[in-house]
Amino acid sequence: MTAILPAPATAPARHAPVSRRKRWRYLPQYLAIAPFFLLFAVFGIYPVLYSLYLALQRWDGVGPMKFVGLENFRFLLSDATFWESIGNTLVIWVMSTVPMTVLALLIALGLNSSVRFKGVLRVAYFLPNVTSIVAMSLVFGSIFSSDFGILNWVLGLVGIDHVQWLTDPWAIRGAISIMIIWRWTGYNAIIFLAGLQALPPDVFEAARIDGAGPVQTFFRITLPLLRPVLLFSVVMSAISGMQIFTESQVLLGNRGGPDGAGLTMVLYFYNTAFADNDFGYGAAIAWGIFVVVVLFSILNWRLVQRPARGQVKETVR
Amino acid sequence: MTTTRGRVVTYVALIVGALLTLFPYYWLAVMASNTTADIYAAPPRLTFGGHLFDNIGQVFAKIDFFGSLLNTLIVAVVTTLLVLFFDSLAAFTFAKYDFPGSSVLFGILLATFVVPTQLAAIPQFDLMAHFGWVGDLKALIIPAAANAFGIFWMRQYARGAIPDELLEAARMDGAGFFRTYLSVGLPVLRPALAFLGIFTFVNAWNDYLWPLVVLIDSNHVTLQVALSQLNGLYVKDYSVVMAGTLVAIVPLVIVFLFGARHFIRNIAAGALKG
Repeated sequence: MTAILPAPATAPARHAPVSRRKRWRYLPQYLAIAPFFLLFAVFGIYPVLYSLYLALQRWDGVGPMKFVGLENFRFLLSDATFWESIGNTLVIWVMSTVPMTVLALLIALGLNSSVRFKGVLRVAYFLPNVTSIVAMSLVFGSIFSSDFGILNWVLGLVGIDHVQWLTDPWAIRGAISIMIIWRWTGYNAIIFLAGLQALPPDVFEAARIDGAGPVQTFFRITLPLLRPVLLFSVVMSAISGMQIFTESQVLLGNRGGPDGAGLTMVLYFYNTAFADNDFGYGAAIAWGIFVVVVLFSILNWRLVQRPARGQVKETVR
Repeated sequence: MTTTRGRVVTYVALIVGALLTLFPYYWLAVMASNTTADIYAAPPRLTFGGHLFDNIGQVFAKIDFFGSLLNTLIVAVVTTLLVLFFDSLAAFTFAKYDFPGSSVLFGILLATFVVPTQLAAIPQFDLMAHFGWVGDLKALIIPAAANAFGIFWMRQYARGAIPDELLEAARMDGAGFFRTYLSVGLPVLRPALAFLGIFTFVNAWNDYLWPLVVLIDSNHVTLQVALSQLNGLYVKDYSVVMAGTLVAIVPLVIVFLFGARHFIRNIAAGALKG
């Protein structure tokens, strides 16, 4: 379907050999795509290869490099802090993704019913997603402040004791999760809403005629049909969830707070490489994160993919 | 089908949800317009105060906030313009021309999606040091000047939106490749450019990890880095920090509100296709 339009030969010299003319014929096209490939070679491929080399060295970024072989990777496997950072990242991911998905689904269902001001509500719910994480981490930092924060003040009004949001390990993870939920719920609600609007109306009509109630319709028809969109959302949240950095760093500092309860994988990487200037080990951590992300993505894919598609068809029929 | 009561419940729930979502913005404005003592009083002051301009004045007086605002604006605008130009040019080419290696090259472009950012961070920093770009805005702009996402996304759009007849006509009129891109490609791609422009601008404005790494200890920081430094400097004076935070997000919120419809629609459409 794509048009095959070779560029017109640019004014061939009168007796130029055909092969030469041909060679230059596609030059404009190659020039047009060159910037991306050039930038990717310099700032993408080369750095990734170089980081593999770096992971085999001990280097503080200034002095000479010292080749240490697989020493960095051996240390990584026995590094309790690295394992804790993986644990923290996964815990925060679960604590944020589950409520976020449920809330987003509810909002999408609400927006999909015949309400007015849909446009305004959509913008309101989406706004957090585009607002700087640094700025909003500062705002949340004050909201979560244990003695003067408004959240604890409100909790106090209903008789709940102050929560040490920024010092208690589980409260720290809760606070980070709340920030992620705040940022991503609206985004996912918009995605789910688009998914809902793409569903064929006649299926719902048929369900209504067969006497299905709203709850039955939701669990037997809406949810199974929405599966691909839900899958997209969970996979996306898994990818971005593994990258959590700014919330922890701004809220708790480079060490991730007391006992490192908020130390995520990327924060540990940042801290090792750019705060402690341990570039060799930092590169090894980056490769460790890469492996975790790949394994986690595969696992995720498997888990969400599992139930057969036939089930959906059957329900619809 | 929906009962009146059901509808009322839906309304109330949606509005309460939206208010909760917007509360941090309200609270930010309250904090930025009061003194720190007022916010930390018991009970705290929950309405706007009259100290907004005092607080903003303090932000501007104590650190070079205006400079970082300008830096961020330069980075965001220049990056956006470069991305729009390079991405649309490449997307137009991939969508509408067939040349030796085009499908292989496009395959490579798609494969670059899987390259994780942390892996490249340390060597990129080293590279910037070699170029002498550490502490320089070039370090933010140049690596971001073209990207695979924009090219891929815009190519999908260009394939459907640019009719072959139009290209044929341009060719008959004697337009060369670049001329065709300018007079046929760009005008048709305008809605796609609007989305990609806002998307790029928002990301460049909000970027934190890389500017933190490459601009630290220089007098060319961006807003996000300046904000985190401001936070470190004024632990006691929250109102000043919040005034800075407010100044840092207002321009972006305005940009977003202007293009929100466009932006939200395209984000949703991209997810459905994906």
